[in-house]
Formats: sequence, C-alpha cells, structure tokens
Amino acid sequence: MSAVADAALAEEATTGDVVIPISLRGPAATDVVVGYGFWLFILSDIIVFSALFAAYAVLSGQTAGGPSGVELFDRRYVFIETACLLASSFTCGLFSIAIERRSGVGAFVGAVVTFLLGAAFIGLEVSEFTRMVDIGAGPSRSAFLSAFFALVGTHGLHVTLGLLWLLTMMAQIATLGFRPMVVRRLFCFALFWHALDIVWIGVFTIVYLGAH
Amino acid sequence: MLGKLTWAAIPFDQPIPLAAAGLVVVVIVGVLALVLVKGWLPYLWSEWITSVDHKRIGVMYVVLALVMLLRGFVDAIMMRSQQAIAAGGAQGYLPPEHYDQIFSAHGTIMIFFVAMTFMIGLMNFVLPLQLGVRDVAFPVLNSVGFWLTAAGVLLVNMSLVIGEFSKTGWLAYPPLSELAYSPGVGVDYYLWSLQISGAGTLLTGINLTTTILKLRAPGMGYSRMPIFCWTALAANLLIIAAFPILTATLAMLLLDRYLGFHFFTNELGGNAMMYVNLIWAWGHPEVYILVLPAFGVFSEVIATFSGKPLFGRHSMIIATMAICMISFLVWLHHFFTMGAGADVNGFFGVATMIIAVPTGVKVFNWLFTMYGGRIRFSVPVHWALGFMITFVIGGMTGVLLAAPPADFVLHNSLFLVAHFHNVIIGGVVFGAFAGYNYWFPKAFGFTLDERLGKASFWCWFVGFYLAFMPLYALGLMGATRRMQHYAETGWQPLMLFAFVGALVILAGIVLTIMQLVVSIQTRDQRRDVTGDPWGGRTLEWSTTSPPPPWNFAVLPHVESDDAWWAMKKRAKSERAANPRVEPIEMPKNSPIGFVIAFFATVGGFALIWHIWWMAVLGLIGIFVTTLVHGWRVHGEVEIPVETLMGAAGGPRVAS
Repeated sequence: MSAVADAALAEEATTGDVVIPISLRGPAATDVVVGYGFWLFILSDIIVFSALFAAYAVLSGQTAGGPSGVELFDRRYVFIETACLLASSFTCGLFSIAIERRSGVGAFVGAVVTFLLGAAFIGLEVSEFTRMVDIGAGPSRSAFLSAFFALVGTHGLHVTLGLLWLLTMMAQIATLGFRPMVVRRLFCFALFWHALDIVWIGVFTIVYLGAH
Repeated sequence: MLGKLTWAAIPFDQPIPLAAAGLVVVVIVGVLALVLVKGWLPYLWSEWITSVDHKRIGVMYVVLALVMLLRGFVDAIMMRSQQAIAAGGAQGYLPPEHYDQIFSAHGTIMIFFVAMTFMIGLMNFVLPLQLGVRDVAFPVLNSVGFWLTAAGVLLVNMSLVIGEFSKTGWLAYPPLSELAYSPGVGVDYYLWSLQISGAGTLLTGINLTTTILKLRAPGMGYSRMPIFCWTALAANLLIIAAFPILTATLAMLLLDRYLGFHFFTNELGGNAMMYVNLIWAWGHPEVYILVLPAFGVFSEVIATFSGKPLFGRHSMIIATMAICMISFLVWLHHFFTMGAGADVNGFFGVATMIIAVPTGVKVFNWLFTMYGGRIRFSVPVHWALGFMITFVIGGMTGVLLAAPPADFVLHNSLFLVAHFHNVIIGGVVFGAFAGYNYWFPKAFGFTLDERLGKASFWCWFVGFYLAFMPLYALGLMGATRRMQHYAETGWQPLMLFAFVGALVILAGIVLTIMQLVVSIQTRDQRRDVTGDPWGGRTLEWSTTSPPPPWNFAVLPHVESDDAWWAMKKRAKSERAANPRVEPIEMPKNSPIGFVIAFFATVGGFALIWHIWWMAVLGLIGIFVTTLVHGWRVHGEVEIPVETLMGAAGGPRVAS
C-alpha cells in the first residue's frame, strides 16, 4: 500500500476524474505552509492591536484636564501621512508583481519607492510625536495620551521593523537571488506590509477622524 | 554602568532566601560541572540543545516542567507550613514580604512553567506522530519557542538569587503592581520573564496550529484526526487568540512602570479595572489552553485501555470546539465584585454555567467508552479515573462560584483557592501524568514501572483531597486567600490537615522521581520492542519506540478513524505490498533558538535592572542572529534510502 497508493492518489488529485478533497491529500507544499503560518502570525498581531484599540476606546475621554484629540490633531498633516502609507502599499503591490516576473530591476525600484514612502510616514509620525511632547502633551500627561502614544506608536514600531525587514530582503535578493526561500519571505513581507495598512485605516478612522 | 544593580540585591541579611539562593546556585553549578567533567557537552549540544526534532524538543519541555514542578512545590510546602503555624498571635517563620513573593512565584511558576510547559511538551512530542508526519511545520521556530520559554524560566529563578520576585500575586493587579506601590524589581522580573516566554508560547501556538491544519498524513481528513489532535488544535487556536492580549496588557503595565504612562495608575485618568478585564480576557482562555490537551490525553488513554473506539467521537469534537469558543465569553466571572451590574454579571454567570454542558458531554463520553470495554487498569487509567471523580467535583464548585450572589460571598476566599486547585490539579496535572506514563515508552523505548506509578498516583490523589477539601471548608468559614497569618485559632486544625495533605503529595512527587530512576535502572527488562506496548489505536504506535528522527520512512496512509487500529485489523486478512521507499529531506540542527534565548535573557535581565547599554546589546544580538540565520541556504539534509531502511528506522507499514 502506501507509497504506490500515494502516487496514485497524487495523480488522481491532479488529473483524474475523482477529485480528492484538499484535506485528504497529505502534507501541504512548503509555500502553502509558510504562507498559512504567517497569516496566523498576522492574526495574532491584529489581536495585539485590538487590545490597544480597546484600551484607547476606554481611555480616550480621560484627558485629565489636558489637551484633547481635537486640540492636538492636525487632520491635513495626518492625511499626508496616510497618503504616504497607502501609496507605499500600492508600490508594495508593484514590488510583488516584479517579484512574480523575477524582474530584478523592477523589484529594486518597487522596494526603494516602498521604502521611501514608509520612511516618509515614519518621519512625519516622529515629528508629530516630538511636537506633541514639546507642547507638554506627551504620554505621561493623561491616560488618553498614554493610550494614543501606545496605539499609534506600536503601529509606527511595526512600520519601522517592516522597513528593516525590507532592507534585509533587498540584500537577500541581491545576494541570494529569487530562490524559493527568498520568494516565500517576500510574500510574507508583502502580507505584513498590507496588514499594517489595514491597521492604519483603523487608527485613522478611530483615533484621528473620531477625535472628540 | 550597572543601573540599579548593586551588592544589596543579594539577600545576605535574610537567611531563608539566602539558603534558597545558595541551593539554586549549587544545583546549577553542580549540573554544569557534571556535564563538563563527564564530557557530555558535545553530545548535549549536538543532540539536544541545537536539535530541531519535535520529539527532542517535546522531551525538553517536559523535563523543564518537571524541574519547575519541584520549585513550585517547594513554595507550596512553605505556604502550607506557614499557615499551619501562624495562627492567633504567632507570625510563623516567613515575614510578610517573603511570604508574598512565595505565593506570587508559586502561581506564576505553576501556571506558566509547569502546566503550560508540560502540555506544550506533550503536544510537541505527540502531534506529528499522531498526524503521521515527520515534524512540525516550522522545526527551527519550534526550537526558538522552547528556548524562549527556558529564558523566562531562567529569569524567574534568577530573581531568587539577585533581587526579589513580585509580591503582587500571580497576575500582578495594578495599582499595587505600579511603580508607586511596587518600586522594586520584583514586578519587572515577573513582567519580562512572561513577555519573553509568552513570545515563545505564541510562536509555538502558530507552529502547532499550522502543523495540525496543513500537515497530516494522506487520507487523514479533519474528522479522522485523533481526539488529542483536536483538543490540541483548540488549545493552540486559543494561544493564538489569547496570548497577544497578555502581551499587550503586560506591555501597557511596562509602559506605566518604565516610561510614566497612565494606563492603570490612580492618577490622570488611568483605569486599573481595565487591566483586570484585559488580563482575564487572556486568563480565562488560558485555563482551557491547559485543560483541553489534558482532555485529549484522557480520551486517548480511555479508548486505548478500554479496547474500544471513543464513544461519541463527533460529539467530543463538537464539545471541544464549543469550549474553545465559549471560553472567550466568561472572563468577567473572575471579578463579579467589580460592580458591572446585575445584567452583565447575569450574562457572564450564565455563560459560565453553559460551559459546563460540553464538559459534561465529555465526561459521559469517557464513561460510555469504558462501559462494556475490557479495561486494563494501568497507571494512565488510574490518573484518568482519578481525574473524572476529582474534576467533576471541581466543576461543580465552579458552577457554584458562577452564581454571582454566591461569588460575592466566596470571592477571594480559600474556597476559590480550593476550586481552582481542584480543577488544575485534578484536570491538568493528572492529565500531564497520564500522558507522561502513556507516551514515555514511545519516547524512550521502555515502559515506566507500574507499581511505583500507581503508588505515586494514590499519594497525589489522597494528598489532593487532604490538602484541598479543608480549604473549601475554611473558605466557607470566612478565611481569605494569601494570609501570612490569621487571628482565628479555630481555623488551625483544618490548616494542619491541609499541610498533611501537602506532605502526602510530596510523597507522590518523590515516588514519581523513584519511578523514573528505577525504570531507567531496569530498562533492559522493560524494553518496548513492538513500538506498540499498550495496543494503541493511533499512528504514533505504528512506528518504533523511540521513533527514528524522521518518524515514518514512508508516510502512513489513513483510511478510517483510529488509523493504526484499522491497519492492524486489516493486516490479519490482507498481505501488505512492499512500500516504495524514497529519500527524504530533514531539517538540519540549528543553534539559533539557543542563541536568541541567550540574548533575550541578557536583554531581559538588563531591562529589569535598568542597564540600558546591555539591553541594547541584547536587542542587537537577537537581530544579528536572525540575520545570520536568514542567510542560511542549506537548512535541510537528505536522508538516503539505505539509512531509512537501516535496522532502527526501517519502515513499518502494517497494511
């Protein structure tokens, strides 16, 4: 039985009339396994953000006599920030297409533009944080500001780690080429980068547009 | 240069902590010296420390859990002896600040580093074997997860020698755990060790979930998975969904303590009850992370030793997944006294009672499996039967506590302490020992001594009732938890009873150690040459004991529930065709887990003592190690057919 049947099974699964359900076909390919595991990681990361969003929701009214969101946030500024991040998601998509075509130049350009847009986002965020701390609206001022800095800062930290990862992946493409291991990691990076966009949509909507 | 760290951190002036610290140092130095003198280091390094084999990692988890059980149990004996004598005007022998550290360390260690570690060890060892595959989804990540857990363990034990541990209870409720009321390093030890080991647990949860859902032998559809795999799936889904909440919550407390944030402080709008809500949104699923795999162990043990398929297999699966879902809807029952109002308390009370329904389904399934079966009363069955009786009692006191009016009276009393020990010892610990006795021959190729195993069980069983039934009564009499001394001398007789119970459990632990030693000494008489010592039903029994590193030379083909049982039945009537053996690829060993955990320990220690340059060093170390690993191109080694066909690892295919 077994090995012979395995081969028969695999044949049937691909060419035969009898379609065997995926769940019965045996261990999945490495690409599938890695992608799946990384999806689970993204879900767990989203739960970290959920806890921070919940904390923000509870504490957003607790300004303790200090400045409120409406007084602190400059929506035009945050709009530019958002535009940078969303555009970087688009260029990250182009980056993925270039990888799909195994185009070294395309991938390099896509990665550089994505990196620059992400770095611009981080630069804008850091200068916003610095300005707030300078006017006495740092995280120690009130529970509202603690929750704000923790939530937005955690997102910023993720983007920063993503930038480091992107640099690493550019070096990997340059030195190792598009071997399966590298392509799998690039797929995971793209997932990560887009997930951070989704989280930012939540931040933009709840924190900045929802300021009261 | 060294932050807050000075010679004052070593407890030279307190004899008991100093003696404990000395003992820990002596044990560690002794073990290291033995390893070096005997020349075991190269073997340990290449076969265990850098191993990415799920079986080796599983064994290391269980060893770690057993060692920490001793540590946590010393704390337990100290608490019981203190309360046995500190009645009336007496103050006992443990001053309050030491006693507070002991109960905090006991809870933290027993939950995170004994129960959790033991269960993850069992899952790690068993899952790929039961699923009929060669390893987990991410073998290297598995090693990282284990070593991060070990780093957390190391930090907790360092607090014995250098500085102090948390005095705030095992969940570190603010505002007590805030800097204003706990300025020492105790809470920081607690927080960083849990953050580091928690990261490891999350990685393991992702790894094992992916393994179960994406790596199964051909033909093993979801409904054909052994019940232990189902309960492990539920537990690992809970890890993925709950542990990030713990990470986020502890991070908020860290921000409060290190950077002056105001999440849970009394000032500037902080909200301490938010911590309590968040921590239990993790904490209640956590108890099911612990007990669901234990339910899985009992399901395997009962079916195997009754010689019958599990009764109501599908209802068991549904019950498992129902518990998985409902466990997220009951967290508020840990603090009905918060004052959320009758409606909210009512909802959570009812949800809590509902969770008893799928649990009851499981108990009936086990009972009906045994009914009409030819039961062999082996050691694992002893643990399983002891569990059924004990857990039902613990479950009933749980339903009692789920009624908010009763909870208002019993909240924070010894009744509560008795209840959760009743379910965690009666459920998780009994399950751990059942699994330990059941799978030991698979891991090492020889069985454990039955007589000493049964003696150990009876001591645990009797000792548990002696130790905790008095606490139920004391709780009803008004005794609260965490008392360093008490004025009411009327409580003392029951406290003495409880102390005697703890001593009987101690005898059980000693017998467990004796069982292991005697079994190793007499291993030649107790070899398991068949690979299937119990007449098993699932695929782990279809390979040799111990299995070869690749588990199965040819992946088994599954055609029904209880795959191995079916293969054995078929083998009686059909002649098997010779399997076609092909070379396979196995992951190479890697030191990355050990190295990352080393830097995590360095970084954690530095953060606890505010040694900032060293913390940066730890972070850079982790980053650089990851980079180096990222450029490792040849992570796999091919195993040729001759090796696969070799004596020890020859393919065993029954069909």
